[in-house]
Amino acid sequence: MAQPLVKKDDDRDDDFEFSPFYGIEKGAVLQEARVFNDPQLDARRCSQVITKLLYLLNQGENFTKVEATEVFFSVTKLFQSKDIGLRRMVYLIIKEISPSADEVIIVTSSLMKDMNSRTDMYRANAIRVLCRITDGTLLTQIERYLKQAIVDKNPIVASAALVSGFHLLQTTPEIVKRWSNEVQEAVQSRAALVQFHALALLHQIRQNDRLAISKLVTSLTRGSVRSPLAQCLLVRYTSQVIRESSMNNQTGDRPFYDYLEGCLRHKAEMVIFEAARAITELNGVTSRELTPAITVLQLFLSSSKPVLRFAAVRTLNKVAMSHPMAVTNCNIDMESLISDQNRSIATLAITTLLKTGNESSVDRLMKQITNFMSDIADEFKIVVVEAIKSLCLKFPLKYRSLMNFLSNILREEGGFEYKKAIVDSIVILIRDIPDAKESGLLHLCEFIEDCEFTYLSTQILHFLGNEGPKTGDPSKYIRYIYNRVILENATVRAAAVSTLAKFGALVDSLKPRIFVLLRRCLFDNDDEVRDRATLYLNTLGGDGTVVETDKDVKEFLFGSLDVPLTNLETSLKNYEPSEEPFDINSVPREVKSQPLTEKKTQGKKPTGLGAPPTGPTSTVDGYEKLLLSVPEFASFGKLFKSSAPVELTEAETEYAVNVVKHIFDNHVVFQYNITNTIPEQLLENVTVIVDASDAEEFGELVTKPLKSLPYDTPGQTYVAFEKPEGVPAVGKFSNMLRFIVKEVDPSTGEADDDGVEDEYQLEDLEVVAADYMLKVGVSNFRNAWESLDLDNERVDEYGLGARESLAEAVSAVTSLLGMQPCEGTEVVASNSRSHTCLLSGVYLGNVRVLVRLSFGIVGQKEVAMKLAVRSEDVSISDVIHEIVASG
Amino acid sequence: MTVCPTIKNILLLDSDGKRVAVKYYTDEWPTNSEKLAFEKSVFTKTQKTNARTEAEITMLENNIIVYRFVQDLNFFVTGGDDENELILASVLQGFYDAVTLLLRNNVDQKEALENLDLILLCLDEIVDGGIILETDGNIIAGKVATHSMDDGAPLSEQTISQALATAREHLTRSLLR
Repeated sequence: MAQPLVKKDDDRDDDFEFSPFYGIEKGAVLQEARVFNDPQLDARRCSQVITKLLYLLNQGENFTKVEATEVFFSVTKLFQSKDIGLRRMVYLIIKEISPSADEVIIVTSSLMKDMNSRTDMYRANAIRVLCRITDGTLLTQIERYLKQAIVDKNPIVASAALVSGFHLLQTTPEIVKRWSNEVQEAVQSRAALVQFHALALLHQIRQNDRLAISKLVTSLTRGSVRSPLAQCLLVRYTSQVIRESSMNNQTGDRPFYDYLEGCLRHKAEMVIFEAARAITELNGVTSRELTPAITVLQLFLSSSKPVLRFAAVRTLNKVAMSHPMAVTNCNIDMESLISDQNRSIATLAITTLLKTGNESSVDRLMKQITNFMSDIADEFKIVVVEAIKSLCLKFPLKYRSLMNFLSNILREEGGFEYKKAIVDSIVILIRDIPDAKESGLLHLCEFIEDCEFTYLSTQILHFLGNEGPKTGDPSKYIRYIYNRVILENATVRAAAVSTLAKFGALVDSLKPRIFVLLRRCLFDNDDEVRDRATLYLNTLGGDGTVVETDKDVKEFLFGSLDVPLTNLETSLKNYEPSEEPFDINSVPREVKSQPLTEKKTQGKKPTGLGAPPTGPTSTVDGYEKLLLSVPEFASFGKLFKSSAPVELTEAETEYAVNVVKHIFDNHVVFQYNITNTIPEQLLENVTVIVDASDAEEFGELVTKPLKSLPYDTPGQTYVAFEKPEGVPAVGKFSNMLRFIVKEVDPSTGEADDDGVEDEYQLEDLEVVAADYMLKVGVSNFRNAWESLDLDNERVDEYGLGARESLAEAVSAVTSLLGMQPCEGTEVVASNSRSHTCLLSGVYLGNVRVLVRLSFGIVGQKEVAMKLAVRSEDVSISDVIHEIVASG
Repeated sequence: MTVCPTIKNILLLDSDGKRVAVKYYTDEWPTNSEKLAFEKSVFTKTQKTNARTEAEITMLENNIIVYRFVQDLNFFVTGGDDENELILASVLQGFYDAVTLLLRNNVDQKEALENLDLILLCLDEIVDGGIILETDGNIIAGKVATHSMDDGAPLSEQTISQALATAREHLTRSLLR
C-alpha cells in the first residue's frame, strides 16, 4: 500500500495542471453562475458550477453579502430541474451560503414540497436543509411533517429529522420537547443509526429530569440496544445516573455496575472501551470493580491498531493517578510500548510507568527514559518532566538520580515551555525536599550562566534570593549572581541587584561585600538597575555604618505584594496626581472571581431569557461605582466586600431575582438584581419588602425602589441596613417583591395606563460570617504563616461527624469561613485518609487571617479536624473558632 | 463530558498540507486563518508518522486527531480530548471507505479534485453539525451515489447526465457487492 510519494518539487507544476480548479477565479465563476437562469437547464453544467462555488467557499474565499444573495437567488431557480444529483448540490450550497431570514422564504415552499416528496433522498435532505436555515416561526408550520418524519420507515429520513431536532433543541426547545412521544417510538427502531439519534435526542430533551433519565436507563439496559454508537451513549447515560445516585445510596452494590461490566463483553471494541473507561471514572471505584476493566484495557495495549493502544494507555494513565496499584499488572505491556512508533503512545506509557513504578524500579526506568528523551518533541518532554517531578515527591530518597536527570536535560537544547517545566520542577523539589536544596540551587545557578530566556533568569534569581541566604554557605552563590549583573540584559541585571540585596539583608557577614557590588551597579546604564541599587543601598544602610537590618526592611524585601495586580493597575490608572500620595491600602484586595460559568442545565448557549442578567454586576470596581452613584449610600464609607450573587428565585420563573450583599463598616446594603421575563408586562415602582425580625442587630435604613422594569432588561433596587460598627452581625431576612404590574401590548410595545399592585414571594436571604471575610490569597503560605505572631495563634480540635468524603468536609469548612484556599490545597486526593488545607483571607477591619486545617478520618466516616488560626489580632483568631464552633 | 459524541472537524488535505476539502462543525476556529493555522499544525505534527496501513492517532492542544494517509491524500478527523477514540476512528474509517468507493479505488488528489462534488456530498452525509450521521462507508457511498432521475422527470431531461449517473450507480453497486 505504501507507495513512494512523487517528489514534491518536480511535482508542483503538474500539480496545478491536473487540478480542474487550476486558475479558478471568483469573478469568473460568478459569471458562469448565470447558467442557473437559463430557460433550458443543463443539469450537468449547473452541478459543475455549484461545485466550483463550493470549492471557493471551502478554500476560505469570502463572498460579499451581495454576491451571496445573488448566488442564492439564482440557485433557487434550480429547483425546477428534476435531476437528483443537481438537487443534492443545490441543498449543499444553500446550507453553505446560509441565507438570511428574509431570503429563506423564497426556498421554503420548494423545500417543503421536497419534504413530502416520494423520493426518500429528497425528504431526508430537505429536512436537514430546512431545519438548518429556518427560524422559530417557520418551525411551527413544518412541525407536523417533522414528527411524521421521525417515525418514517426509511431510516435516512428518520435520522435526518432526529438530528435536526437535536440542533433545534438549542434554539427552540419548547417545540422540540413536544416530540418526545415520536422520539420514544424511534428509540425502538430496528435501524441502528436511528436508534442512536433517537436516544441522543431523547436524553437531550429530558436532561433536566433526573427521574426520567434514570427510568430511561433502567428500561434500556435491560433490553437490547443494537447499534454500538447507541450502546456507547447508553454507557454514558448510565454512568451519569450512577454518579447522581451514589449520593443517596450508601449500601454495598452499585446500581447498574453489572450492566457496565456486561458491556465489557460486547462485540464492538468501541463499546468495550466506553464501558471500561466509564468504570475507571466511577466515583470511589473499588479495586474489585476496576479489575475487569483493567483486564480488557490490558488486552488493547497489545493490539495492532495504534488507536486502540492509544485509547487504552491514555485511560490507564488516568487510572494510575488515583489507583497506581491497579495498573501495575500492565507494567510489562507498558514497557514494550516505550518503543512504540507512535510517540504519543510511548510518552503516555512512560508517564504511566513513572506513576506506578516502585522505588526500586526508578533507576532502571530513568535509564530507559534518557534514551527516549532525545527523540521526542518538546511537548512530550514536558509531560515526562511533570511525571518525574511527581515521582520525586513520592520517593524523596531518590531525589539524587532524579535531580541529576533534570539537570542533565536542563543543559540540552529545548524551547521555553520545556525549560520552564524543568525549572519549575526543580524549584518545587527544592521547596519540598530539604536535602535537595543545595544541589538544586547549584543546578539552577549553572543554568542561568547560559540561559537565553530572560523570564526564566529573573524567576530563578528571585527564587535564589529567597532560598540562597538560608543555606549553609551563601557566599558561593554571589559569584553566579554578580556575573548576571555584568553579562546580562537590563531586566536580568535589575533582578540580580534585588537578589544581591536580599543576601545582604539576611547574611550580615556578607553585607560589606554586597555593598561593594551594589555600589558598582550605581553606574549601570539602565535606570531601573541604578534605581534599585540606590534604593537597596539606602534601605540596608550601605551609605555608612553597618546597621542591623530591621524588620521593616525585611518586610519590604521579602513581603509579598498582597493586592491583586489587576486591582493595583486599575487603582493606579484612577489615581490623579495631587498632593496626596498614592495609598496602597486603598486598593481593593478582593480577588476578582471568575465569571460564573453558566449552569449546564440550560443547554449550551443561553439565549434571550435564559441568559443571566449581565451588565453592571460583575466586578468589585463596578459595584463600588454603582453604589457610590446612589446618594443615600455615599456616607457609608469604603466598601469592604461584595458577595457573589445569591439566587432568590428558581431558574425559569416569571421574575428572576438575585441579590448581592455589600458589607460596609456599619452598614449592609442588599442589591437586588431583578429581570422581568414576561414580554407582556411592565413592572413599575419595584421594591423588595424585607422582614428582618430574625436579624436582631440590623435596623432598616433606606429602601431605594426601581421606577420601572421593562421586559428582559435587568434592573436594581436596594435596601440598606444599619448594624453595629465592626461587629460581624449575622441574621436571616425574608424577602417579598412588591410592584405595580402593567399590561404591555407586544405588537406595539405600549403599556396600559392602569396597573395592578402585586407581590411575589422570594426566597430567604442570610448574612453569614463568611460575608465578613475577603478571599485574599497569599503566594507563599509558609512565609506568611511564619511572619504572623505565634502568640496570636489559636488551636482547637473539632469533630465534624459523619461526612460523605474528606473533600466534602474540606469544601464545607472553606465555604463556611469564606476564605481563599492557597497552593491548591483545596483539592483532596481521592481515597486519602487525611488532608491539610491552607486558607487565607482578610477579615472585617482589614485584619489578615491565615488558617491551617488538618482533617483526618476516624473510624468509618467520622471526620475530625484540627483548626489552627493565626491573625494580626488575637480576638479575630477567636472569632474564627467561634464561627467554626457554631457552624 | 459532552454527552453525545461530537466531531469537531473532518479534513482532507493534500501532500503539501493544502485543502482538498474540509468541514468544521464547531466555532472553535472561527476565522479562516485560524482554521488554516490548525490545519498547518495538524499536518506538520503528523507528517513524519506512517499512517498508511493503519489509522494513527495524536493529540494536539485539547483535541484528539485520528488520521490516515493514502497516496497523496491525508484524511483527518478531530474530536475533543474526552471523546472515545474508537468512535472517532470509526468516523475516519467510514469517510475513508466511502471515498475509496466513490473514487473507484483511485484514491489520489487528482481523482478527488475531479470528483469534488462527491467528496463534499460525502462529508455532508457523514456528520451533520457535529453529530455522526453514518459511519458505514458503503451506506455513505450509497447515499452519495444515488444519481437516478426523479420519477416525474420528463424524458427530454433524461439525457447524457442520466446515462452517466446510471453508469456510475451501476459501478458503485458492483463495488458494494
